[in-house]
Amino acid sequence: MTAAVALPLRPPAHRVDPRAVQWWRLQGLAALVALAGPQLVVWLVLGTAPSWLLVTTIVTAALAVAYTLVVPPIRYRIHRWEITDEAVYTLSGLLVREWRIAPISRVQTVDTEHGPLQQWLKLASVTVTTASARGPVTIHGLAAPDAAELARVLTETTQATPGDAT
Amino acid sequence: MTTPAEVPWRRLDGKMLVVAPLQHVVRLLPVLVILLFTGRGDPVRLWITLGITVILIVLGVVRWKTTRYRITDDRVELHSGWVRRQRRSVPRDRLRTVDVTSTLLHRVFGLGVLHVRGASSASADHHGLKLDAVSATEAARLRTELLQAGPAPVRIGGRAVGGVPTAEPGLPEVVSGNGRHSDYSHSQVLSVLRWPWIRFAPLTVSALAGTGVLVAAVWNVVSELGLRPRDLPFAADVEERIRGAAIWLTVGVFALALLVVAILGSLLMFTERWWGYRLTRDDDGTLRVHRGLLTKRSLSVAGTRQRGAAVNEPLLLRAGRGAQTRVLATGLGRGSQHGTLQPPATRRETHLLAAAVAGEPPERATLAPVLQHPRRALWRRLTRAVVPMAVLCAAGWVVAATVPGWYWLGPLATVLLVLAVPVGFDRYRNLGHLLTARHLVTRWGSLHRRTVVLERDGVIGWRIRQSIFQRRAGLVTLEAVTAAGEGGYPVTDVTAADGVALAAAVTPNVFEALAPLRAEEAAGDLAAQGAGRGPQERLHHR
Repeated sequence: MTAAVALPLRPPAHRVDPRAVQWWRLQGLAALVALAGPQLVVWLVLGTAPSWLLVTTIVTAALAVAYTLVVPPIRYRIHRWEITDEAVYTLSGLLVREWRIAPISRVQTVDTEHGPLQQWLKLASVTVTTASARGPVTIHGLAAPDAAELARVLTETTQATPGDAT
Repeated sequence: MTTPAEVPWRRLDGKMLVVAPLQHVVRLLPVLVILLFTGRGDPVRLWITLGITVILIVLGVVRWKTTRYRITDDRVELHSGWVRRQRRSVPRDRLRTVDVTSTLLHRVFGLGVLHVRGASSASADHHGLKLDAVSATEAARLRTELLQAGPAPVRIGGRAVGGVPTAEPGLPEVVSGNGRHSDYSHSQVLSVLRWPWIRFAPLTVSALAGTGVLVAAVWNVVSELGLRPRDLPFAADVEERIRGAAIWLTVGVFALALLVVAILGSLLMFTERWWGYRLTRDDDGTLRVHRGLLTKRSLSVAGTRQRGAAVNEPLLLRAGRGAQTRVLATGLGRGSQHGTLQPPATRRETHLLAAAVAGEPPERATLAPVLQHPRRALWRRLTRAVVPMAVLCAAGWVVAATVPGWYWLGPLATVLLVLAVPVGFDRYRNLGHLLTARHLVTRWGSLHRRTVVLERDGVIGWRIRQSIFQRRAGLVTLEAVTAAGEGGYPVTDVTAADGVALAAAVTPNVFEALAPLRAEEAAGDLAAQGAGRGPQERLHHR
């Protein structure tokens, strides 16, 4: 695992759900539609549209398709998470790797989130917030039942910890 | 113990019936006066103004009638609103800061606005609640009382014993006697206003921004009065001269005039803001800042909420060999003025104050002999400073070559590119960190240099970032996440090993389980999962 070499920490134990790859792909496609769609429409509707508009449309579409094909599998290889006895530990990022560590004793809230795409794929994201605005740790693309269980376990652990976690 | 139901609700001070509408009327005053006495405005505007005033008075009455607050043993509660009723309540053990502000008008009537803020990032707690306004003595009493940590006082026969008196709404006069003298009785003065500091005033951006506001306000009044600069008797003469003069002279004169106004404005702002400044620390560690000429302000930050201090040196201030100290405290807003403990002062003074706040000698606080970051970090700082400038420079030359009349853009961009080099070196020179017995000290930045001393106990998480460039250089940026101040403070471009070692030294129990796997353990994910770490096991072997 290439991610492990960069830092004298072991990588988090778990990968996200394999369906997350499809989720990221769908997001990529949505971006493709949102970015290239309007350009194409303008080019089609306006008979006198400048020719460079077609070029930008094609370039945008090509980039988005390439992203959709290439990036999600790489992301899946990189993104990892783990809950140890002491902390929530995640690794994410593509060009910029980011390791986040939130001690369980400092966790304030645990949220589960299902976007429309995630619901369809039966996925969920779990966000763990601490008292800091820079603190939230999000684990994207977990299988929905796993996410619910994780949130339950974390909430239990957090409630057992005294203090206001600042 | 008193149950919450027994503590009666209290109203804001009755004088607010007068003060709240007056506040609005004062703002409209210049317009009103002109409209009434010069007859230049048309009557419709007058009626509109009067109508607004009446509405304001009615709203003031409604607000006063509908606003109630009470302080129970464990909560501060505020109910307000008529059409849209609001109920806010902040647990007393979550209170982080108590602010008292009184504008000139409030002071004439002996009132103060009390603003309390809580700790958590939940918005109700974070924005806190505001009692606008209570009597000054009540405000002082509440300020002292609300920040008292420790168990709720035991009550015997309605009187508080073993703590400060809790709210005794029935007997405000009796308790208010305690309010004033407790302010300074057991407190140590950390800093008082020194007028030589006023030389730093023109070097702060906030003062310059304040000047802008001032100019805008004057302009507003002038245009509201219907005066046009062109109608002034000497306007034509001035215009004539401007037309006659060389362009560089005109620009120069204008720039000079603007500079003079800005400097005067910043001096005025400094005086208004810092008149009577005094920073004290109580026995229990509570920091109190008192300041203000027309609008008096006082900020109290409980000792248990403090997580360290920061010395900020923005570009201009640093060039003038000045700096400014802030306290890192949980529950303070993140606005520019929040947590400011002292007017801009000399470096030495700010570092001494930061050390005093951190409770350490200066050489173990912001003046600590920080460890330099590796040479590879210099290359990173240089590229980060120069590459964006090089792109800008190229764009500048392209524009200069293609757009007529913009020939000066190319040379200007080149000058900026050349300036980026010393900035990069300076950024590297300023990078540094040190872990002391109780604090993490970190320094970074060039155009805005910051030195932060953060309590080890205040670290509530870590972010370790590594870009692909950092990865090739074996560096990481470690960010200590905290509930105080800006939420996180970076240790930029340390070697990966040093970064992890630093974090592990601060929170050892967290990192114990994250040590690199030994070869035989690293057989794969299955091995790691099989090790079974509490919640994991339940999650994956259901």
